[in-house]
Amino acid sequence: MKRFVATLVATAALGALAFPALAQSGSKTLEQVKQKGFLTCGTNTGLAGFGLPDDKGNWTGLDVDLCRGVAAAIFGDPSKVKFIPLSAKDRFTALQSGEIDVLSRNGTWTQSREAELGLLWAGVNYYDGQGFMVRKKLNIASALELSGASICVQQGTTTELNMADFFRTNSMKYEGVAFADINEAVKAYDSGRCDAYTTDASGLYASRLKLVNPDEHVVLPEIISKEPLGPAVRQGDDQWFNLVRWTHFAMINAEELGVTKANVDEQLKSTNPEVKRFLGVEGDFGKGLGLSKAWAYQIVKAVGNYGEVFDRNVGANSSLKIKRGLNNLWSKGGIQYAPPVR
Amino acid sequence: MRRRRGGISMTDAQASAKPSISPLYDPRVRAFVYQAALLLVLGFLVYEAVVNASMNMRARGIPTDFSFWNRVSGFDVNQTLIDYSAVSTYGKAFWVGLLNTLLVGAIGVVLTTFVGFAVGIARLSPNFVVAKLATFYVEILRNTPLLLQLLFWYNAVLKPLPNPRDSISLGAGIFVNNRGLILPDPQWGPGADWVMWSLVIGCGLALVFRAVARKRQADTGQILPVGLVSLLLIVGLPLIVFFAMGRPLGFEIPVLRGFNFAGGVRVLPEFVALLLGLVLYTAAFIAEIVRAGILSVSKGQTEAAYALGLTHGQTLKLVVIPQAMRVIIPPLTNQYLNLIKNSSLAVFIGYPDLVQVFAGTVLNQTGAAVQVIAITMAVYLVISLVTSFFMNIYNRRKALVER
Repeated sequence: MKRFVATLVATAALGALAFPALAQSGSKTLEQVKQKGFLTCGTNTGLAGFGLPDDKGNWTGLDVDLCRGVAAAIFGDPSKVKFIPLSAKDRFTALQSGEIDVLSRNGTWTQSREAELGLLWAGVNYYDGQGFMVRKKLNIASALELSGASICVQQGTTTELNMADFFRTNSMKYEGVAFADINEAVKAYDSGRCDAYTTDASGLYASRLKLVNPDEHVVLPEIISKEPLGPAVRQGDDQWFNLVRWTHFAMINAEELGVTKANVDEQLKSTNPEVKRFLGVEGDFGKGLGLSKAWAYQIVKAVGNYGEVFDRNVGANSSLKIKRGLNNLWSKGGIQYAPPVR
Repeated sequence: MRRRRGGISMTDAQASAKPSISPLYDPRVRAFVYQAALLLVLGFLVYEAVVNASMNMRARGIPTDFSFWNRVSGFDVNQTLIDYSAVSTYGKAFWVGLLNTLLVGAIGVVLTTFVGFAVGIARLSPNFVVAKLATFYVEILRNTPLLLQLLFWYNAVLKPLPNPRDSISLGAGIFVNNRGLILPDPQWGPGADWVMWSLVIGCGLALVFRAVARKRQADTGQILPVGLVSLLLIVGLPLIVFFAMGRPLGFEIPVLRGFNFAGGVRVLPEFVALLLGLVLYTAAFIAEIVRAGILSVSKGQTEAAYALGLTHGQTLKLVVIPQAMRVIIPPLTNQYLNLIKNSSLAVFIGYPDLVQVFAGTVLNQTGAAVQVIAITMAVYLVISLVTSFFMNIYNRRKALVER
């Protein structure tokens, strides 16, 4: 009988402890991250250029560098990130439930995802669009010739929906074969289960590198959708939202101001007031974000500016060789634009 | 512990019939109070959890209702047993997934029973090679993970099949390629109804004949050829009608057009891989259950049957199996439930079952994680309970024979 009473008391105590903790997890993400000592970042399970671990377990990619930038802004150390690889199907649940602090996993910013999933997109770190990849020997020049094709796709993506729209609009038939994991979908395409593979154009180029014979495959010219990819956070914590958003803006501003990973220390002596404000030599713009004065300096010092991150991961200095295009600065013909730090 | 003590003291109290005990020391009152307190605490915990979760969800803008059910889904599914397209609702997508799960479950349960019984009996075969082969089968399949077997069937066996242009033709308009098994689509012409009805009548007549034969055997000991007559009635009768009506059946032969065959019926390789994996894996367990069941029938029964002059087949069918069934059925039910629940592994090989379509895409698209997972769990619970309900009825009927 004593044991029974003890169990009762223990259960009640546990309940009393657990519930307030749950109720609080909606806000103060920054404090929790500082307390933990590291940032938890949701990434792709393996997409070259965006989020991919090497054989030593080091993550690289455009999305990965954004998380490293956030960690650098908070801790001054880009290595204080724990990466959690997530499939497209599980990613939003992981963010909603608080398992991760930020989702930087080439996720498309859509109305319903913000209005219905309780998420907010902090910005667009890659402007993309959906395309198709097919085998060269099929002799297809356009996506409009895909009627009747079997198409492999990753489940739970905007890609799956756009594909349905595209084929409906053009009154063509198709068979979509949906896989939970991107690697399974690519493998199925490579083995011949599907005639085409569809995802965001950047993803097509990245996946092509993984195929047995990349040269036997070609990406079709049609881009059938707008895919603004960027990091997402939970709703209800404006400070955290601002922090992630301004990490992204800091990287763009750095490129615009000519501040690079290599010259950031020199730039501390710059006479340009914009650079001075940006690097925290003048004023204290980190305070409102809950960060130190040198927040932007720490970001650039750790990962470089947006242009450097782009070139290193997906652009000229990477195996993907994707052109800047829409992702160039607004002043150079693209649409990457960041509000000023002042 | 608690209950036992309460029980003992209760009988004590009744036996000695002591008149007045303070309610504080009355074991019955105490037991009631403790149970009520436990129930209250449990209820409170559940209530708190629900309220807390929905409050937090609402605070973060996550939907807490089921209004998504009637919204347009916007995605397609490549195997649908009911009419479904991207303009259908999420609710309809649920039914599509559920039916796909039930399809693989129903066919799987039937096939695995046959394979399991065959292998189980083979393990006891006096033929050395057959017995060893069956043992080999059971030990290999039972001792490797099911997911691995599914991936093996899908990636190693089905995907290396040729592409549609180099399809393997099996004749009669049947083709095999890496898009699946393509069969001719039967097109019933006028008069096909009569063939269907003759099949129904044939089955009915066969049942009647069986009853007559049973009575005859009970009365006179004469054995009528039930199997042969039933075969004639069930297969022969519809065949005669079929030819009499001028063969009212055409086939739409699949033709290679563009990327794949047009026309015909296509069985997805994902479906075949899932079915193969589930059936062969579960059959290994059923084989062991069958073997155990047969071995549980004492040898004296077999010897007595031989002494009465029954053949080996008759002994198995009339004496051993009916008694073995009593041991076999309860664990067999477990295996059926396992097969149905394991079918959710379909998500790894791209077969659009309930988990893939509903708990996968619908959940992701709507963000209603709690509701979708709750519905999915409820569905598996209902399927399992219904299956065990029917198996229990069957079990009771079999168990009644015991004296």
